[in-house]
Amino acid sequence: MLPSSFDYHRPATLDEALSLLATHGDDAKVLAGGQSLIPIMKLRFASPGHLIDINRIDGLDGVEERDGSLRIGALVRHNHLASNDIINARYPTIAAAAPQIADPLVRNLGTIGGSLTHADPSGDLGSVMLALGASVVLKSSTGEREVPIGEFLVDTFQSSIAPNELLTEIHVPSPAAKAGGAYLKLERKVGDYATVATAIYLELNNGSIGKAGIALTSVGLTNIKATAAEASLVGAAPGDGVFADAGRLAAEASSPVADVRGSAEYKKHMVEVYVRRGLASAFEMAGAA
Amino acid sequence: MEVKINVNGTERAADVEPRQLLVHVIREEFELTGTHVGCDTTSCGACTVLLDGVPIKSCTMFGVQADGRSVTTVEGLAGPDGLHPIQAAFKEEHGLQCGFCTPGMMLTGAALIESNPAPSDDDVRWAISGQICRCTGYMNIVKAIQAAAATTSSMSTTAAG
Repeated sequence: MLPSSFDYHRPATLDEALSLLATHGDDAKVLAGGQSLIPIMKLRFASPGHLIDINRIDGLDGVEERDGSLRIGALVRHNHLASNDIINARYPTIAAAAPQIADPLVRNLGTIGGSLTHADPSGDLGSVMLALGASVVLKSSTGEREVPIGEFLVDTFQSSIAPNELLTEIHVPSPAAKAGGAYLKLERKVGDYATVATAIYLELNNGSIGKAGIALTSVGLTNIKATAAEASLVGAAPGDGVFADAGRLAAEASSPVADVRGSAEYKKHMVEVYVRRGLASAFEMAGAA
Repeated sequence: MEVKINVNGTERAADVEPRQLLVHVIREEFELTGTHVGCDTTSCGACTVLLDGVPIKSCTMFGVQADGRSVTTVEGLAGPDGLHPIQAAFKEEHGLQCGFCTPGMMLTGAALIESNPAPSDDDVRWAISGQICRCTGYMNIVKAIQAAAATTSSMSTTAAG
């Protein structure tokens, strides 16, 4: 399948890319890993007149912890998230999700910036970033802004990025001393979209829950932050009872539709089960930290 | 647009449309038809090639993106001394039936044993989990990749010793 014709641009610097976006933004798409964009272009759901390939721009693929947050460059590939030492040591929600994204070959090309900007409600990283309270840095030729992920993922396949902006970096708050996380994904086979998946983050503070992050994949029009479930946990003493309650509240926040992967009722039930299990596993990890 | 790609160790040039997928450039411009088009939807991995040594799906990358980079296709596996160990192992272990997925499976297998000289069953199944063998001959594909790993590491032991 061939996409429609387009003009191909391969900027060597960020400034050059931003200037191309300033000129062509309304009729341009940014090409990062291409693992979602190229398939939708082949199906002609997207037919941009200009494609701006950012893969040769230096400095967009770093992972470093600085000033209380983890900074992940937009071009970091999923397999690099999965193998990164800092992420594996301190960011278990990301570490658990990364190797479950798509399949190994797709992970060799797919990027975190592309995945988030694609804003697919079945995207794994959107939920991870919602659970972790991350934000994204959007640059244009006229400035820069940092947007909380919840305000970035606005609708199905729609982020709040402006046509002249480029997502350059993701900021994830560094975890407390006693913290744990999980990403549980139910999928029919490798490479399929999640039937249901849940991203979990938990911080302990003097034996009670200091902070809780819960977000859901593939069960609504966007990745869903289960705020009532999160609120039910804060300040509570961790245990099976409160985890089960949070699971029920998260299931109430979901609005799955029936498809070949299962009925809406089944998916809601699995949200409940996976949130409960994810919390128990994150708690165990936080206790051991 | 003129692109220069190192294909199987040889610098090749082609004038391509930006919308041509890498798999089209490989098959139609360079006339290397060992790289197959299967599903054309990033699902099956029949079009797998190595880009700078890393397995990727060539139906989900534009040819222009490979400009200045190295691509290895199945035609690049065999050397002057004959079959690559992964090819010899697929032959010996009956790692193929219809052969359609085989080029991609061998390239992923070759990349795996570069980084993991003794892959377990799980390691191999994990590595090839983005590729489909419609004959469902996975058992022998796994055996073949492990056999190639064993041959390769015994060869390097001999060379070193």
